[in-house]
Parts: sequence; structure tokens; C-alpha cells
Amino acid sequence: MRRLLWPLVVLALLLALNVFFTPSFFSIEVKDGHLYGSLIDILRFGAPLILVSLGMTLVIATGGIDLSVGSVVAISGALACLQISQDASVFTAVALALALCLVLGLWNGFLVAVVGIQPIIATLILMVAGRGLAQLITDGQIITVNSPAYKVIGGGYWLTVPFGILIVIAVFAITTFLTRRLALGMLIESVGGNAEASRLAGIRARGIIIMVYAFVALCAGVAGLMISSNVSSADGNNAGLWIELDAILAVVIGGTSLAGGRFSLGGTVLGALIIQTLTTTIYSIGVPPETTLLFKALVVTAVCLIQSPSFRAKVFGGRGRSAPPSPAPEEKVRVTA
Amino acid sequence: MTTLTLGRASVPAKYLPVLVTGCLLAAMFVAGGIRYEGFASGQVLLNVFIDNAFLLVVAVGMTFVILTGGIDLSVGSVVALSTMISASLMAGPGWPPYLVVPLVLLIGSGLGLVMGYIVHAFDIQPFIVTLAGMFLARGLCYTIGTDSIPIEDATFTAFAQTRIDLFADLWISPSVIIAVVVVIVATYVLHYTRFGRSVYATGGSEQSALLMGLPVARTKITVYTISGFCSALGGVLLSFYMLSGYGLHAVGMELDAIAAVVIGGTLLTGGSGFLLGTVLGVLVLGLIQTIISFEGTLSSWWTKIFIGMLLFVFILLQRLFSARTRR
Repeated sequence: MRRLLWPLVVLALLLALNVFFTPSFFSIEVKDGHLYGSLIDILRFGAPLILVSLGMTLVIATGGIDLSVGSVVAISGALACLQISQDASVFTAVALALALCLVLGLWNGFLVAVVGIQPIIATLILMVAGRGLAQLITDGQIITVNSPAYKVIGGGYWLTVPFGILIVIAVFAITTFLTRRLALGMLIESVGGNAEASRLAGIRARGIIIMVYAFVALCAGVAGLMISSNVSSADGNNAGLWIELDAILAVVIGGTSLAGGRFSLGGTVLGALIIQTLTTTIYSIGVPPETTLLFKALVVTAVCLIQSPSFRAKVFGGRGRSAPPSPAPEEKVRVTA
Repeated sequence: MTTLTLGRASVPAKYLPVLVTGCLLAAMFVAGGIRYEGFASGQVLLNVFIDNAFLLVVAVGMTFVILTGGIDLSVGSVVALSTMISASLMAGPGWPPYLVVPLVLLIGSGLGLVMGYIVHAFDIQPFIVTLAGMFLARGLCYTIGTDSIPIEDATFTAFAQTRIDLFADLWISPSVIIAVVVVIVATYVLHYTRFGRSVYATGGSEQSALLMGLPVARTKITVYTISGFCSALGGVLLSFYMLSGYGLHAVGMELDAIAAVVIGGTLLTGGSGFLLGTVLGVLVLGLIQTIISFEGTLSSWWTKIFIGMLLFVFILLQRLFSARTRR
């Protein structure tokens, strides 16, 4: 829990900043049977990022990285919208889109685990080709669909809570269960922490690595469905653009190291929320949108600096970490005869 | 030293990735020459250099960083920032190029220095620090201006439009000469100076390098400064090429640079790799683009799929051929 302290502090500060400028920021009301409010908006718009970041956490925990999630987001939305525009049922469309994303994830995992290509390059291939694939599916157009059932995924509500938030909660719960209640989490941490030692311990790294890449692609697929259903259209070019960078940022802010090993799903969710809140804060404060990136850079640097132990030691002085007390002169016991 | 014996020649194993890359590049060139009319000319190869001179300079800087086991994601944004700063200073206040260019190089190196210091002093992952640097530089670009600023200065236009004629009807641009000079200087520094040795040692094992008494801190901070300098220089070359400053220049160039370095056989974990490999990597990327333009009829999305496929085939073959020595 201590690892989550600094992300929580930063999130609290951002929220406080928002309340300072918009006193009604924290208000949540129920209109037409739906929950409304700025906080709900943050959660709703941040839902795709949270999903992708959850998947990215597991990939990074194995010591890898996945740059192709943005393209998978675009592909998933494109295929689903294409199917619906050709009068397939929403269920078939969603199933097909997710199946394709699963195949793409397995492909990434195959490249990394079996062929042995470095993850950044293996996923770079899909990142480049995937955008082309998404545009191939949409034939270069933006496909708009008119399906109330499809709209529910990203823009709908269930029991007054936005459906997207429910999906995220479900995925988070399932992932936490699978990784913390079963041994899967430990195996993932072990593969990322020290691949050679894991191999010697008898862990089959290949299967685990393929699994995490498939998982992140699936998460990206669902996120893509949420994004495209929210606007009831699919844009092969812009959907999910640069979401991979935000996802990696969220994972790192949440305390997972890029080198692999121990991961924190809760931390990732916090990190994604921080990024989303930052975007909202910038808009609501009225800062010109050109400076958005500058603020992002500042916040990211601040969070990472605060999280770094050496920075804390240098700036705040060692709390009890000053020069170790000189050892009291030991009483020498004469041992020899 | 492990060697691989090919017939009567024996090649040290460490040169194998670069050799494989070189052979695959030659194969690609030959394949293109067979398939397309007019492909197999020297000018086509020189055009790759002309069109990618800035990428070559940026990739050289990236090589230094990756050799120490780090990464620099800010290069594309620093390139764009350099073009924005030069364009806005020359257009508005009317600064002369001989003031603007050194200033831009100084800013790029300064940014690299700061990032290198943060990476080393606070032990934060280079990915994140340089990602923040990327956001910072891009944000500064947009703050300077959101529209494209044309460059009309005479020196810049001269650099952009001069053709330097070589033998037999071949020509190159001044940017290529600058890029080649950078490559030669970098190769000398990397392979024949103590600093270069420290770079390889830090990448191989930072702890061992530290215990050996090598100036690891100085090395790490210097490579990021070098990368910042190369990015700024690449930005100057890009502004020669584009004759404009624009916040959306060089988006994704960092990935191109990383791809070039990795295709060239350098390991992302650091410690092994050659600058010649990076040059070949840039040539591979440039040749892929040339093949696509010769193919002609590809729509923009088939282009992306094609690039992805070619990259994949290349990496796969490279992996297959060099895997034999890694056992």
C-alpha cells in the first residue's frame, strides 16, 4: 500500500486543483436514471485507458512492452463497425473483433517468445502494419453505424452507472483474481524478474509471455470497442493514437518497473486516473490546449522524481538515513589461551 | 574469440549481425533492381542518403544512448523543436543563421544534458525521463506556434537546393556531407577513444564498469547530451529539407531511429553494436520507402502494411542468421 502513496497524493492534488477552479467539481447527480458529474466523466473517458493499461501492466511485468495497442484499438473498432454496417448482430461483431485482437496478441507473443525478437521491435511491426490493417478494413473511410445496442458498450448505462466503468471494474476484478489468488501473478513476476532463474525453476516462460501479449491485445480490443461505440463510428487513423504511451506512463506512475518483475494493478489504475484527471484539469482550468503536453511533462516528471528514493533522499534529507552512527567500541573477549 | 567459419574465411562472431544486415540490404537492392525499371542505379541509393540524412544523424545519437543500455524517446520532438526555433527566430526577429544554428544545437544538447542528469542522479528509467522530455519538447513547439512557419533565409535555401555533383551524373546534397562527417566522427569516438570504450562497458554491465573505475556517471550523462546534440543537428538538416518549422514535424521519428539502430544489430540491452550497423539500418528503412514509391500503386494503408511486412521479414531473417552463433 505504501507504493501507492505518492500516486494517491498526486491524484488528490489534481482533484483539489479542480475543485479550486470549479467548486461544483465533486457533485454527482442522477438525471434520467444516469449518473452525471465531472468525476463520472473522468471515469468514463478514462475507461479505455485503464483497460489498456491493465493489460500493459502484465506485459511490462514480464519485462516486455507493447507498442501496438493503439493499432489494435483501431482495428477492433473498425472490424466491429464494419460488421454492424453490414447488418451483422452486435454480438457477432463484438465476438469477431475480439477474436481478431486475440489472434494479433498471439502473433505478438509468438514473435517475442518463440522467435525471440525484442518486444519493442516485435510490437513496432504490428504498430505500423496494424494502422494500415485498420484502414484496410474501413477502406480508408470513417464508418458510422446506427446501432443502439452497440452504443451501450461505450456510451450506455446500466443501473445508472456508465457501462464502460462496469466493464473496467469487471476486468480489474477478474485480472486481480487471476493474478493474486492464483499463482499466475507470481509466475509473471518471476519471468520478468529473472527469466533465467525462472527457466531453471521449471517455469514455462513461453506460455506465460504469449498469454500476457494475448491478454493486452484483448484489453485493447475491448477498449477499441468502447471508444468506437462512444462515437458510433470507427476511424482507422485516429482511434487510439498514442494510447500506448499513456498506458506505459500509467503503468510506471503506478509503481511497476519497466525492467519487469513486481507489478501493481491498483497502482496502474491510479496512474491511468492521474493521466485522465490531468487532461480534464487542463481543459477545465482553461489552459490553452497547446500547453497540454507541457503540463503532462511536468506532472510525469514530478511523480517519477517523487517516487525515486534517491531524489527523496537528496531533496528531503535522509530521514534517519544520515551517516550511520559510529559503532560503539566492541568489548573484545579474549579467546586465545 | 569465437569465430564463424564460412568456407575459408573466418568472421569474428561479433561482426555477424552487421554482416547479415549488409547482405540482406544488398539482397533487397538486387530484388528491387530486378522488379522495377530504373531501380538499379547509383542515384537511387544516393537518394536514400539525401532523403534520410537527418534520420542518419539522429540515429547516430540514438546509437550512443542504446549502447549504454538506455533509450531516448525525445529525439523526434527535439528535431521538431529545432525546426520551430530556427524558423521562428529567422522569420520574426530576423536572426541570422550563424546565430540561430549554434543556439539550436546548444538547446538540444542542454535538454539532453538535463535528461541524462535526471536519469543518472535519480536512477529513473530512461524510457520515462525521455518520454517526459518528448512531451516537453513537443509542448514547447506548440507553445511557440501551432502553424507551419516557412523558412526563407538565403543560406538555408542554398543548403536545401544545392546539388553537389559527383562522378558519372550522380549528385548529393550538402546535408549528406554533414551526415557523413557526423558518422565518421562518431565512429572515431566510439571505437578509438576511451570514452567510446566506457560507453560499451557501461552498456555491457554498469556495475562492472563502476567497479573497474570507469567514469560511468560522466559517460551516461554525455551520451544523452550527444543524443540531444544529434537530434538538434538532425533538426537543422530537416529544416534544410523541409524549409519550414512545424510542430508536427518528425512525429514518430524516434521509433524510426530506434528501428534503424536495432536493425543494424545493436542490442537494446546495450553493450554490443556498431555504428556501421546503424548506417545500414537507416539505409534499410530508406530503401523500403524507395521500394514502395517505385511500386507506385499502393494506397497509404497498404504502404503501412508493406513497411510492417518488410520490417518483419528483415528482423526474422536477421534473427535466424545470427541465432546460430548465439548458442
